[in-house]
Amino acid sequence: MERKTIDLEQGWDYMQKGITKLKKILRETHDEFMLRELEQRWITHKVMVRWLSRFFHYLPPLNGVGLTCFRDLVYMEVRANARKGVITLIDKEREGEQIDRSLLKNVVDMFVEMDKYEEDFEVQMLEDTANYYKSKATKWIEVDSCPDYMLKAEECLRRERERVTHYLHSSTEQKLVEKVQHELLVTHANQLLDGVRALLRDDKVEDLSRMYRLYQKIPKGLDPVENVFKQHITAEGTALVQQAEEASSLVRKFIELHDKYMTYVNDCFINHTLFHKALKEAFEVFCNKNVAGSSSAELLATFCDNILKKGGSDEAIEETLEKVVKLLAYISDKDLYAEFYRKKLARRLLFDRSANEDHEKCILTKLKQQCGGQFTSKMEGMVMDLTLARDNQMKFEEYLQDNTHVIDLSVTVLTTGFWPSYKSSDLNLPVEMVKCVEVFKEFYETKTKHRKLTWIYSLGTCHIIGKFEPKTIELVVSTYQAAALLLFNSADKLSYSEIMMQLNLTHEDVVRLLHSLSRAKYKILSKEPNTTTIWPNDTFEFNYKFTDKMRRIKIPLPPVDERKKVIEDVDKDRRYAIDAAIVRIMKSSKVLGHQQLVLECVQQLGRMFKPDIKAIKKRIEDLITRDYLERDQENPNTFKYLA
Amino acid sequence: MQLLIQCCVLWFVSPEGIEALCNDVNVNHTDVRMLIFAWKMKAEKQGYFSKDEWRRGLKCLGADTRPKLKKAIEGLDKELKVPECFEDFYSYAFQYCLTEEKQRSVDIETICELLNIVLKSEFPNQVNLLVEYLKVGKQLFKLIYVQNDYRALNMDQWRSFYRFFKEVDFHDLENYDSSQAWTVIIDNFVEWLKEKEKN
Repeated sequence: MERKTIDLEQGWDYMQKGITKLKKILRETHDEFMLRELEQRWITHKVMVRWLSRFFHYLPPLNGVGLTCFRDLVYMEVRANARKGVITLIDKEREGEQIDRSLLKNVVDMFVEMDKYEEDFEVQMLEDTANYYKSKATKWIEVDSCPDYMLKAEECLRRERERVTHYLHSSTEQKLVEKVQHELLVTHANQLLDGVRALLRDDKVEDLSRMYRLYQKIPKGLDPVENVFKQHITAEGTALVQQAEEASSLVRKFIELHDKYMTYVNDCFINHTLFHKALKEAFEVFCNKNVAGSSSAELLATFCDNILKKGGSDEAIEETLEKVVKLLAYISDKDLYAEFYRKKLARRLLFDRSANEDHEKCILTKLKQQCGGQFTSKMEGMVMDLTLARDNQMKFEEYLQDNTHVIDLSVTVLTTGFWPSYKSSDLNLPVEMVKCVEVFKEFYETKTKHRKLTWIYSLGTCHIIGKFEPKTIELVVSTYQAAALLLFNSADKLSYSEIMMQLNLTHEDVVRLLHSLSRAKYKILSKEPNTTTIWPNDTFEFNYKFTDKMRRIKIPLPPVDERKKVIEDVDKDRRYAIDAAIVRIMKSSKVLGHQQLVLECVQQLGRMFKPDIKAIKKRIEDLITRDYLERDQENPNTFKYLA
Repeated sequence: MQLLIQCCVLWFVSPEGIEALCNDVNVNHTDVRMLIFAWKMKAEKQGYFSKDEWRRGLKCLGADTRPKLKKAIEGLDKELKVPECFEDFYSYAFQYCLTEEKQRSVDIETICELLNIVLKSEFPNQVNLLVEYLKVGKQLFKLIYVQNDYRALNMDQWRSFYRFFKEVDFHDLENYDSSQAWTVIIDNFVEWLKEKEKN
């Protein structure tokens, strides 16, 4: 067989002719047919060039020349149409038609090889994509619901990514996705956000997750979503506050709200910090509103008080306490909470109303973890005092073995610094009790010498046997009430003023205790005249006809409203705290501008309360008067520390 | 000079003496010029001039005869034209009212009088308003317990009044920034002014 040979000149000639033929074909055919032809020729050309390089391997490489040839003779002319062809097919595929993906891959490949991919193809393709989705978005946004729209958006993005892997250059993916996102998600963001509100309202967890997934990839895309989330929670919380009728249910509702939206943060928003922040900021807004005259700090303390009095299973209690302590983080007046809590803790401990000591310790541990040791140190001291008091009581009872003239007495010694401050009263003790107190004093002297005991009779409890005509009943009353009742052992009838004089108590105390004994549920004393209010002209008599089905009854003495005192005490402590902070800051800075001083003050004190700017200013003025600071005469906005 | 000082013996022994001096030079004892005179003398105790202080004052004024003294005192208000001098005098005026040893504040009544004497000529409108505010505050204090209220003011607060009049335009209170280091009483005063304007 004779091998056909061609020389270079001839080969070159053939190629030129082929190219001219190709151009003719390409000019005359369109779209897909044109592309097929192009594809064919391109593939063939590549093969040819490869062969040529092999044949003429001794010459300088022909690849470049071959490509250049193709580019100059063919590509430059057909590129516009080729591009149009490809884009048309892409759009067809988007509309759901089946297309020849390998065809597109090869044609796109040609652009790449020509080193004109971006310039001659990608730019245009991206613009076309943008336009395509722009018109789709406009249509869909009118017709579709937010969830449906997002489903479509998610699907489109998925398909576009797939498109890239099949026949586009990988470098296009990022740009393509951005275009699609922009048209579908960014342009219509506002309308979609309205949808978010509805999703939150209707608890559409899946749709919210989708929204998160979609917007997470857009720079700052989540910000408006977070904003809507925060506003929604704030609105719900505020509504709860406004509708609240009484305290305990409100706290429970806060807890439920928090649980609900924390689930959203964890599940829909994959624990993203932005949404944790939104939740926190929302709660900080409405958790600090007053409800019916009470601050949220007080409400929370009352709630804890009720739980700890009622008790329950360990697990349930622990869980609730955990959630309550979390709510405390949102309250700015933490010091106010601490004081209310302390007052109520005192009552629980001293009147034996606490359901379970372990629960008491449990909440203190949690408070300590969240707010630091200083927050709970006094409360822990109080609980400790009670434990020590029990030991002490045992020792006292041993001491009493020899002394049988004394009635049953148990004394709880409290460490002054830990407990809230109580007014000590000069109650005239009944004779029976006086001896007890003396005996205890003697006992206490044997244990410690350098301590001073102040007796707080307002906190005492007494068991008195009431020998009523129908039957004998044991009365559990406060020491004040007992002292009043015992007066009737030596007199049948006593007037208000006589009682007051003999007891040596204030009007307020006398009215309260007489009311509890004569006008409340159990009428141990009868009053004349029989009006509801206690007046200084009233007279009282032992009601020997009194009876009850029980053999022992508790007659509580309602506590004085502590709210005013708590607020006063906390305000006073705050003034000291602000003073201390200012002095500390100025001492280390020596010279500081007003704004900076205020800022650092707020920062330092922020753990316990949010100081009022005016309050800080007043303390600065006071410290100037006391020569701790002075104002710089040259710069009146600056202060100097005076050593 | 000797003669003059001998006359002054009559004048400076007591507040009555001061009054006599005032009659002599024909200037009212509540006139700002008497205060300026005290300032020139660096007088420490209100109502009394010591011998050294007296000497100092006469020397400052360059007066060694009665007529010269009278003329000098009459022209004393011109001494305050220089801002640094005025500020020094302004602070002195407050200091002069501290009669007890450990006293740091001056009661509102005296403050109001002092404002009239010292600042009225330069800021008549502002002084009237401030005095009205201070007096109202005092009245309210008697009727209801207003926690943030003042019965006496310290030097820092006194100084802040002059600064306030100098720096803040009463017609432009919207630009007043209470987050700056103005004293609390000035903050309250501005709030009161704004309320007043509304009604």
